[in-house]
Amino acid sequence: MLSRTTQTPSLTDREARLAAWMLGPTVIVVSALVIFPVVWNLFLSLKTIALADLRGPGLFDFDLTLDNFRKAFFDYDFWPSLLTTIAYTLGGSLLSIAFGLTAALLVHGEFRGRGVLRGLFVIPYVAPIVAATFAWSFILDPQLGVLNWFGLKQGIISQPIPFFSQKWFPIQVLGTQIRLPLALLSVIFFEGWRYFPFAFLFILARLQAIPDEIYQAAAVDGAGPIQRFLHMTLPQLKTVLSTLFLFRFVWTLNKFDDIFLLTRGQAGTKVLSIKVYDYAFGEFDLGASSAVAMILFFVLALFLMIYFLWMVQEDESIYQ
Amino acid sequence: MNRERIETGILRIGRMVVLVLFLVWVLFPFYWMIISSMRSLEDIMANPSNLLPDIRQLDFHSYYAVLFEHGFVQYISNSIYVTLVTVILSVILALLGAYAVTRLRFRAKRWMSAGILGIYMFPPIVLVIPLYVLFSRMGLRDSMNILILVYLAQTLPVSLYMLRNYFHSLPVELEYAGLTDGCSRIGVIWRIVIPLSLPALTSVAIYTFMIAWNEFLFAFMFLDTPEKFTLSRGVVQLAGSVHLSKQLVMAASVIVTIPILVLFILLERYLVKGLTAGAVKG
Repeated sequence: MLSRTTQTPSLTDREARLAAWMLGPTVIVVSALVIFPVVWNLFLSLKTIALADLRGPGLFDFDLTLDNFRKAFFDYDFWPSLLTTIAYTLGGSLLSIAFGLTAALLVHGEFRGRGVLRGLFVIPYVAPIVAATFAWSFILDPQLGVLNWFGLKQGIISQPIPFFSQKWFPIQVLGTQIRLPLALLSVIFFEGWRYFPFAFLFILARLQAIPDEIYQAAAVDGAGPIQRFLHMTLPQLKTVLSTLFLFRFVWTLNKFDDIFLLTRGQAGTKVLSIKVYDYAFGEFDLGASSAVAMILFFVLALFLMIYFLWMVQEDESIYQ
Repeated sequence: MNRERIETGILRIGRMVVLVLFLVWVLFPFYWMIISSMRSLEDIMANPSNLLPDIRQLDFHSYYAVLFEHGFVQYISNSIYVTLVTVILSVILALLGAYAVTRLRFRAKRWMSAGILGIYMFPPIVLVIPLYVLFSRMGLRDSMNILILVYLAQTLPVSLYMLRNYFHSLPVELEYAGLTDGCSRIGVIWRIVIPLSLPALTSVAIYTFMIAWNEFLFAFMFLDTPEKFTLSRGVVQLAGSVHLSKQLVMAASVIVTIPILVLFILLERYLVKGLTAGAVKG
């Protein structure tokens, strides 16, 4: 840095001071309410602490232990819950991207009403989560839900299907009976509906950036629309699709609201984020709750690291 | 007929069919929410699958009940307070921060720019327990103002990032002219930067509005007193207490959805920009 030559503060000093004033509030708020909690969460996860100890004197004691992680890993439903989390995360991410791709291909191109369509497609994503989950719960309700009534009236089903409250749903396929994880599939389907607009917006932007000339050239060479999609459009979308997958994966992994509001984690939908809540407010064990949150955080950090390494290699971003 | 024509023809028809089905699937929950909120419980029980109810039979009783018998007038005003204060503070702080990061020289600048984006990846479920412990300990948890602070921390990184990108694209020469003419930094921001950045500021404002208005987890965990409930928190409370009166829950859902939907219809362009620029978490 420049050394001070005069008594009055130099321009550099004054700029730095002004910058500190302008950025200060943001830095304080974000440090106190984002960075500090993560660090403190690590501390809490290494302590034996119950919800009742909250006001006690031991909250800041430095008596660290790995008991919480031991409890979390050896809990009878940790591994089933991890499996559910992986299925939910993979299924939710892939489905929302598949629907997003479909929507983008439907809207791509020049036609009247295109802007309106684009706006309508984004609505599931901007609506409040409580409204979206209650609307779907009502539609799929076994007693009063319109879908079950419709199915019964048309003779498609013989009895109502409790979409969000039944764990296994037996179906006959080629003479053998298989069991579908019904509630889990229902929440995955909800994820697909709610988050496809996110994928849709990115894919549409990328589609519009592909120059028309290459399609015209391919058409002249005799490639049909399906061939053009498979051999020209899809490769162009490779980067945006993989980036979307990573973002959706990380966020679905940590998603709490949707499952909590739809099933409360019942009927085979208990993902790890629900366990964070259950430990804290069901078993009143803050330590174990923080330990599960920490496990989620490590997985997230791992994926983000992979992403940034991959970005450096690809040297091409989603914004291009 | 060659293959090109056949494929194009089939695709065109198929596309129309899929498009219509897709639209129905996307919008039906909202249609059903509105319709159900205006039907009586007896009507729903008698004929749950009536897709086109009789217009003359629609009544607004559930709205009256939700607003005046279940405290939603209070929730609406709470939500408006929390959301507007968050929006105003977020826009001001992001504006100042983004200006500092793009126009001023200081030591931690590069580190700051990179840190901003990394931070917004931290998921709420990881933050909620330690913050719950912290604010409970301090006796501050059950408060709308604490909620505002949390929402600020959640939205500021993305807001700052969006404005920073926008400021990079603005010509600096005008601001230099202002400075040499004797304008102070604050004067330059007020007279030159703000008027030039109105579109970006609108994006930031509506993005923050959406996050604060829709937020559920922190409102659910932090607020205990019904007088302080935001709308999202109030809808969940209502759904838990009037188990069978689905039409009330649907009316409440319509009430919480309408403001964000109206804003979205009016300012769609800006919101889409906000959603894509920050790759908003959710």
